[in-house]
Amino acid sequence: MSEFREKVRAWLAENVPGDEELATAKRFQAALYDAGLAGITWPKEFGGQGLTSAEQQVFDQESARYDLPNSVFRIGMGMCGPTILDLGTPEQKARYIPPLLRGDEIWCQLFSEPGAGSDVASLQTRAVRDGDEWVVNGQKVWTTVAHLADFGALLARTDPDVPKHQGLTMFLIDMHDPAVTVRPLKDMTGRAPFNEVYFENLRLPADAVLGQVGQGWLAAVTMLGHERVSIGGFVRKRHDPLAHANLAETARRYGRDADPVVRAELAKLYAAERALALFNVRLRQEAEAGSPPGARGSVAKLAGAQLQQQAVAVAGLIAGPRATAWEPGDAAGEELALAINQTPSSSIAGGTDQIQRTIIGDRILGLPREPVVDRDVPFRELRVGTQRPA
Amino acid sequence: MQLVLDTEQQQLRSTVRKLLADHNNVRSVVDGDDAYDAALWRHLAELGLTGLVVPEELGGAGAGHVERAVVLEELGRALAPVPFFASAVLAVDALVALGDTQVLPALAAGEKIGALAVSPEWGPAPVSATERDGGWVLDGHAPFVISGDVADVFVVYSADGWFVAEDARRTPLTTLDPTRGQAKLEFAATPARRLDTADPAAVLEEVRDLASVALAAEQVGGIAKVLETTVEYAKVRVQFGRAIGSYQAVKHACADLYSTSERAESLLRHAAWAADHDREALPLAAATTQVFTGPAYFAAAASGLQLHGGIGYTWEHDAHLYYKRAKSCELLFGGHDEQLARLAGRLDGVS
Ligand SMILES: Cc1cc2nc3c(=O)[nH]c(=O)nc-3n(C[C@H](O)[C@H](O)[C@H](O)COP(=O)(O)OP(=O)(O)OC[C@H]3O[C@@H](n4cnc5c(N)ncnc54)[C@H](O)[C@@H]3O)c2cc1C
Repeated sequence: MSEFREKVRAWLAENVPGDEELATAKRFQAALYDAGLAGITWPKEFGGQGLTSAEQQVFDQESARYDLPNSVFRIGMGMCGPTILDLGTPEQKARYIPPLLRGDEIWCQLFSEPGAGSDVASLQTRAVRDGDEWVVNGQKVWTTVAHLADFGALLARTDPDVPKHQGLTMFLIDMHDPAVTVRPLKDMTGRAPFNEVYFENLRLPADAVLGQVGQGWLAAVTMLGHERVSIGGFVRKRHDPLAHANLAETARRYGRDADPVVRAELAKLYAAERALALFNVRLRQEAEAGSPPGARGSVAKLAGAQLQQQAVAVAGLIAGPRATAWEPGDAAGEELALAINQTPSSSIAGGTDQIQRTIIGDRILGLPREPVVDRDVPFRELRVGTQRPA
Repeated sequence: MQLVLDTEQQQLRSTVRKLLADHNNVRSVVDGDDAYDAALWRHLAELGLTGLVVPEELGGAGAGHVERAVVLEELGRALAPVPFFASAVLAVDALVALGDTQVLPALAAGEKIGALAVSPEWGPAPVSATERDGGWVLDGHAPFVISGDVADVFVVYSADGWFVAEDARRTPLTTLDPTRGQAKLEFAATPARRLDTADPAAVLEEVRDLASVALAAEQVGGIAKVLETTVEYAKVRVQFGRAIGSYQAVKHACADLYSTSERAESLLRHAAWAADHDREALPLAAATTQVFTGPAYFAAAASGLQLHGGIGYTWEHDAHLYYKRAKSCELLFGGHDEQLARLAGRLDGVS
């Protein structure tokens, strides 16, 4: 039997077509890099172009006409890369940044755990020092592209005896290490773009630490800041069936474009879409004039999620029963259903709408913070998630 | 496309804000007998703000719509009870578009106050014009004329074209928004001057687009002020031993106000920029702006009032003045349905 298994394995490995989407993404990113269009604002010495946000803006405007196939690099390009540039050692930058820009290596962000989502500082994955090394045990969840990732930015607890924000450290880890197990996790669309990730005695060298030991919260906040700007400023895909122009086209195709209610709702959607797009332009122009967006990225993130919900309502109005059932293989039907089903993620991933509102209230408007009960308590004594820490 | 104000525009903003802090007297109109704040109007005129978009050769400042929007934002923030919108926006824009040279200098200088007579749906007012003894006379009426109660000059759009009259029988109306008057005008063989133009309806469209931008500026100013006072209050008002702003129900409502304010401002900046630099883009930008800012201002004012609790519902507090101004603004130009239909029509030509 085991001989047969070997044969099956070998044949499958040879003959099942590779992930064409992934190969396309890598080819495209490599071509971008060769053309001098990857990492436009990133430093030259690590493979970037060393240009300004004005050039980045031009690139964004022009590329908005297309659906770029390289979204698998978004977490690396939008979050992990910028954080390594902020906090990494020269060796870390030299090792990780160029292959990221060339599209050789994919990154994931290992923050959330079953007991620690919004309250990510409550995480329980432990990294214990053993001589020069660290030994990691624990579990992450909802980790986007972990199944394709070569590296991950891992947030782990290195000291449970101090308050929760003080005992964290960030590590850069190899996702191919046999001590890392990735299990696909189906999302509500039926696909599995994210995963559960388990660490069983994963051994890390001392130079896997990004930033300082015990300063993981600073690293996390740095990355989350990049994340909001990256999500908020994200240009919608050209063929996003929930974009106003595409919904208007759908209305024409279905003969719904003369209905006054449809027309009114499409007009409202257009206005909301323009308001957000122009807000993002303003943020960029202000940044160029010397005032960076700071927490205002949260407005873009929040408004983007709301826009998505508004668009789902309009899509339903236009499509009616066509949004509920379609002939097998009808691409338009599949696409619309996928867009409807993906919408809740925009209000959860990258910090929920509630968390964004709190950020706006606290950091922009200067409203008094909520009283906290856990800031000065050693982590060991806290109740986290739905249980007590181990 | 330039969506951030330059240094001079920011200076203009501080100048007007300071002027209004020193001289605005809303309560003299809301609680007193004044129809408008005449002293403030004179100050605005002295600074040349009443003729901002009037060409210099006609006594104006020859500035742009971005600048006028800055001024209107401040007037909207302060709920300044002056006939700026009627005179320096509606009447002036119509007369500029019609190439008038006779009345504009007086309006630009703020010596006279203008008003625009159209139907509430922004079609021709029910007024007919007759040629008599080499001149024209008007008969009929115009309901709901903004600042018609205090105007000296009436710019009338009728099925017979555009006219200027300096006389009318006026009945001041009682208004939802106590800071801005309206009147019913009646014309009975009233002498008028005809303003010739090849396409009278096109002039009205242009006036309406510019008015949409100007109104949006007032609304954006109003939203910003509501946000500011509400956040301020949420920091100082204590209930259950905590500042109410530390409660999420309150904090998150403030965050939504902020998000609305930022997005409305973004639309306004673009529309005002288009009025100065891209007239082809103006019609769509103007309609888009009103579709967003109309309901946004009212929702913001209602939320701001709610977050002030009982105090917000008292006559002494200004919250109700913003609420009333916001609803009135939303219902101008035929109301929100009409705005939606207008934008929808313009989108037909786009995608
Ligand atoms: C599509 C998708 C992709 C993701 N990708 C990644 C990834 O790549 N890497 C990663 O680390 N994580 C990822 N996540 C996880 C994501 O960051 C968390 O789901 C998110 O931060 C919310 O945490 P939670 O799911 O534990 O919800 P909880 O934090 O348990 O929240 C439950 C509800 O309570 C509310 N709530 C919680 N705390 C507060 C509070 N203080 N005030 C008010 N309301 C509150 C929330 O808003 C929410 O409505 C992903 C999630 C999704 C949906």
